[in-house]
Amino acid sequence: MADISSALTEIVGKGYVSQQAQERYFYSQDPGLMQPHEPDYVVLPASADEVQRVVKLANEQKIPVVPRGGGLSLTGLAIPQRGGILVDMRRMDRILEVNERARYAVVEGGTSEGRIIAYLERHHPTLRHSIPDAPPQATLVGNAAIHGQGRLAQQYGFTSDMVTGLEVVLPTGELCKIGSCSMSPYWFSKGPPLPDMSGLFLGWIGTSGIITKIGFKLYPRKKLRDVETFVTDLPDLIPDIVFKLTHLEMVEDINIWFQPLPLMFKGNHHMDIYLTGDTDEELEFKRRMVWNALSEYIEAKDGGFMWLMPDVKPTFMEMPQKSIARFADVRKGGGFQYAGPIILVEKYPDCARKTEELGSKYKLGYSVMARMIGRGHCMMFGFAFTFNRANSDEMDRVRKALDEAIEFSLEHGGLPWKPTVDEQRAAMDMMDPNTLKLFGKLRKALDPNGIMNPGNWEVS
Amino acid sequence: MVELRFDEAKCEQCEGVNCLVRCKHLNLDVDTAREEMRKIINGQHSFVLDRCVTCYACEEYCPFGNHPFYLIVERQEQEGMLLAPRAITNQWINLCEPVGRYSVGKIQERALSLCYIPAFTDLVGGKLFEDVAASFFIGPEFFCNVVYLHFARASVIRERLPKVVENIAALGMKEVIFLHDECYGSFKSLAPAYGIPVPFKVTHYFEYLYDRLKQLSGQLKPLNMKVAYQRPCSSRLIPETDHYVDDIFSLLGVERVNRTYDRQNALCCSAIVRLNMGPEGRDMANDNQSKNIEDMLQAGVEHCVFNCPYCYMALSEKVAAKGVKPIHMIELCRLALGEEPAKGVMGYGRYQ
Ligand SMILES: Cc1cc2nc3c(=O)[nH]c(=O)nc-3n(C[C@H](O)[C@H](O)[C@H](O)COP(=O)(O)OP(=O)(O)OC[C@H]3O[C@@H](n4cnc5c(N)ncnc54)[C@H](O)[C@@H]3O)c2cc1C
Repeated sequence: MADISSALTEIVGKGYVSQQAQERYFYSQDPGLMQPHEPDYVVLPASADEVQRVVKLANEQKIPVVPRGGGLSLTGLAIPQRGGILVDMRRMDRILEVNERARYAVVEGGTSEGRIIAYLERHHPTLRHSIPDAPPQATLVGNAAIHGQGRLAQQYGFTSDMVTGLEVVLPTGELCKIGSCSMSPYWFSKGPPLPDMSGLFLGWIGTSGIITKIGFKLYPRKKLRDVETFVTDLPDLIPDIVFKLTHLEMVEDINIWFQPLPLMFKGNHHMDIYLTGDTDEELEFKRRMVWNALSEYIEAKDGGFMWLMPDVKPTFMEMPQKSIARFADVRKGGGFQYAGPIILVEKYPDCARKTEELGSKYKLGYSVMARMIGRGHCMMFGFAFTFNRANSDEMDRVRKALDEAIEFSLEHGGLPWKPTVDEQRAAMDMMDPNTLKLFGKLRKALDPNGIMNPGNWEVS
Repeated sequence: MVELRFDEAKCEQCEGVNCLVRCKHLNLDVDTAREEMRKIINGQHSFVLDRCVTCYACEEYCPFGNHPFYLIVERQEQEGMLLAPRAITNQWINLCEPVGRYSVGKIQERALSLCYIPAFTDLVGGKLFEDVAASFFIGPEFFCNVVYLHFARASVIRERLPKVVENIAALGMKEVIFLHDECYGSFKSLAPAYGIPVPFKVTHYFEYLYDRLKQLSGQLKPLNMKVAYQRPCSSRLIPETDHYVDDIFSLLGVERVNRTYDRQNALCCSAIVRLNMGPEGRDMANDNQSKNIEDMLQAGVEHCVFNCPYCYMALSEKVAAKGVKPIHMIELCRLALGEEPAKGVMGYGRYQ
């Protein structure tokens, strides 16, 4: 299709289109377990206008379009299942505005987490955003497009809850503003008090349009930050502990992890409780509140605070946490995937036991990592397994373990987070039929030719 | 499993019951102390077992070297007591389970034990250690396990220590220089108390440093410093080594200030108190640490010299926040030799 290629070259410039085998190979996969599939073209647009023209072309020609940020969502969501045009957004990485007083920022649709972190640190040291533990080349839009969760999820919810406005190229090529920015120069609200249409794009994994700009909330960045790690060998206590901690309304982030190796971690559930403050007194007050809240467990000897010595503490304080990426490569050959259903905190004990069971059933290295979302409204429970990409048998066992994990969590009332194509189907099978019908109608209305990230959320 | 050799007769003769009367955390008169000690000896429950914060001080206060502390810990375990929460106890027991993660250098007649404390590797450089630095060993296989006294789990020590002694002996050196009081204490005091023969010469690194500094005396530049010394709990197991602190300081031109919380009245770093107890333990730990640092400040010191790495980890940031620079004893000696300070977790380089 030389004419498509030259039309794309016309739009984005010669250096930013490729049909080369090596590029198609690179964009055919992510670091997870999903089967690779090559795009026919890769383009790197530099502006919303270029994105618009690419999408218009694709819509006319009925060619699939798949937007991609860092390509790190692991479940194949940016793998072009039906080929077509892969739109790598990372040239659109400008920070357009920071409104310090209203505490929001606006960036282009391919801006990486790393760039935002560095920019805020340098220019707005009293502000921060919710940083996920993905490697820093992940994009903020990618995170919002999958309802990700970052370091402020416990306080303020999903990354998508923090969005304050969008600029989107619709599948039919129109450029559309969503939220306050649709009628005001300010990007302070993604909807309210207008009808909130941001829900048509957030969490839609690129199936409803390409986000070219995003506004998002910033939060106070306190001068000091610390962590206390509470450890218990009784998973059944975790829901109560979370309830008590979230009741305090003083804790930044709560992450729970459980893994059999190294040996010192065996049998224990570790709750990293992050605290912030502008002064030692503020921090100390919060620490004391946390200790007091958990004193009954300490007195019963059912749990206690671990000593985080100065040589290990920096690892706990990192944002993003590099240890997760290190765990990803524990089997060497860089294979790592987790099923991360969003589920009630009360299901923690069952899910933790299930992870252990799957680890031993499929002889896999496992790790649990759970992040609290909101004041314990729910959590992301990660059933994580590592594998060596050169070991196909091991990869197969991981697939089976993850399938079982997802099945288990759906049975327990959970929802699949960043679901694979198969998990999307399973979710749609369970969905209320009228909800599914509405979903189908919306998809059809937005994307009549079905060009946006096809294969995903396909309502038959 | 080896048994503790405790001599009841010695205890019966004792008039002062110093072990419990002098305890900072109990506040007992002689009669009560005697009664409680008798209960402990007879295997009955005593409140002392509940209130013990495992600071080791009674071990030093006993005039007969009869190991009251080891006995208290034995009894705590016999009663199935948990000092720290279960999860924390297991975490520490698992941490030092020998699973083949050790490292051995080029062993010579004399070797250095780095215990299982990687931070030591930064410190043992330069002229002080040039003859022995390569002859080292480190890892759980060589770990003294004394720390389990703090968790009322002497059984772990009894189970592991004979094998640890065997592992070290198998390396074939004649003498081992121990960099941690707990290690030295376990081979000098604890192993004999449990009847475990130790077939190599056990040397404290203070003694080694002192001899080496004398050899290098021509290169020493007096530091002219006033320092506070943080005496660790495990030094109570081996009080005979404490004079080396003064001896080394005098070679370095350093004054160990007279302050309330030094020598026999030393205040423990309180890391274990914080670990083992609930909010009141945390308050006690904070209180101890504040009193200790305040005492240093009142004595007008610029530096706090540490011996034990765990005291260092528990207190270094806190003393530094109050303007007192933390420095490990080895770094202090290297400073007097004009050497570049280490940059790692226990390196003085972090505070220069
Ligand atoms: C080690 C590791 C740790 C992780 N930790 C976390 C964590 O703590 N929290 C968390 O939430 N996630 C985590 N993740 C998952 C994931 O990496 C992040 O969610 C990341 O933010 C995804 O961003 P991305 O740019 O890589 O998205 P991509 O994978 O590139 O894209 C994700 C989806 O969004 C779509 N998309 C991308 N850009 C656009 C656009 N401009 N418009 C419309 N749709 C678009 C894509 O088509 C795709 O469907 C982790 C991953 C790894 C490897």
